[in-house]
Amino acid sequence: MLHTNIIANMNEVNVLPLQVKNLQIKKNDNALLNDVTLTIESSEVTVILGPNGAGKSLLLRSAHGLETLTKGSLLWNSHAPQPQHSWRAYIFQKPVLLRRSVAANLEYVLSLHNINKADYASLIDTALEHTGLSQLMDRNARVLSGGEQQRLNIARAWVLQPKVILLDEPTAELDPNGTAAIEHLIKTIAQQGTKIIMSTHDLGQAHRLANDIVFLHQGGLIEHTPAKSFFGQPQSKMAQDFIAGKLLNGDYKTNE
Amino acid sequence: MVLVLNDFSLAFSRALQLIFQLDPALVEIIGLSLRVSMSAVCIASVIGLPMGAALALYKFHGRGLIVALLNAFMGLPPVVVGLVVYLILSRSGPLGVLGLLFTPTAMIIAQVCLITPIIAALTRQTILDANDEYHEQLRALGAKASRMMKTLLWETRFSLMTGVFAGFGRAIAEVGAVLIVGGNINHATRVMTTAIALETRKGDIELALALGIILITISLIVTSLVMSARHAAYQYHS
Repeated sequence: MLHTNIIANMNEVNVLPLQVKNLQIKKNDNALLNDVTLTIESSEVTVILGPNGAGKSLLLRSAHGLETLTKGSLLWNSHAPQPQHSWRAYIFQKPVLLRRSVAANLEYVLSLHNINKADYASLIDTALEHTGLSQLMDRNARVLSGGEQQRLNIARAWVLQPKVILLDEPTAELDPNGTAAIEHLIKTIAQQGTKIIMSTHDLGQAHRLANDIVFLHQGGLIEHTPAKSFFGQPQSKMAQDFIAGKLLNGDYKTNE
Repeated sequence: MVLVLNDFSLAFSRALQLIFQLDPALVEIIGLSLRVSMSAVCIASVIGLPMGAALALYKFHGRGLIVALLNAFMGLPPVVVGLVVYLILSRSGPLGVLGLLFTPTAMIIAQVCLITPIIAALTRQTILDANDEYHEQLRALGAKASRMMKTLLWETRFSLMTGVFAGFGRAIAEVGAVLIVGGNINHATRVMTTAIALETRKGDIELALALGIILITISLIVTSLVMSARHAAYQYHS
């Protein structure tokens, strides 16, 4: 890529695999994630799939250093994550954009990290171009449409040219057009070598994007398999039922 | 009754005359009023904005007490503030050596004491609300606490302006504090409100009324600035 040397050491350091061991997160005595152990390698797109309340967001948030772990460990190539790391970006379902122009939103992110001011313009231009926002760069970010806002949200992650982007249900609030645009962006980013880990409860989306699937249910890891075999012949009964469109409710028993 | 009304309209037309002729005494008094209150609002903002933001964002011992005091101090009676500042600045007071009593500086100090709590308390509430929305996002972007505070202050600038204008409105309209620490000395510490009180007592209704009209006009301007700041905030925040 164009700016390989701009962001300090980014490409020298290997950040994958992401290793999660016996991860537990409790809130008010409820274990919201329980005994999750998995390793995420450098396949292009890993999708964390599961119904609402499965713990998908919590796992993603932990991977960005936004949660306190109750037990176990979560390490990126043996390093604990901190939100300040510039090699990794996190994208919320609903972006909170700053009350300033589109370009200034990107500049803000750069200013949070140790990046040479001389490189701002070219980094911003690249991110705007990739997300199709060049025309809108002087527009107030808050008046953009929902789809444009989410594209800016992704540009804001991409502007740092990170090695990993974590996305929490990035299309949950978008219409089909907006969703298609975001999915296209995600694929493009992944093809350029940035690892994508995203959550969704949308099977179709998982099917379209995933190289491997992490399937969660009620805070537990049910299976972690390549997408092909997950959709071809899921190992667990729960995944079979989820794919078949049966609702996974609280009383679900594996041996039912 | 007719006589009183007649007096009033006479006084009113003389007042307008004074205003349009830019009567030197009048201009001097208005100038000092604006200088004192604008200085006070600037200083109070420099203290109150970061103070309010820090109270919203940082947790520390005694924060609850400070917040409670701040809210109580929002409605401080100006005369009491004047009295306390008077005691501090008077010759036998702790800052007596500075010789500030009965100077515009003393008036600025008193007004700063009066309006800093207003600006700080309104800032705190604004930043608290904004933090609900922004905190997670800014944290995930990698912002540290000090940067977050700066960002939130800038993001809420239009809302914060309403607090600053409210502080100015209170400063320019109060009479008790500036009267006590300024002393209403002609050509030195006489401002609009103290002049109105004095001229009314002396019977120079025209000058008092002229000053009153100007004071109301300034209040109207400030109020409309507050309203347009709110409007801008609403437009920008939605």
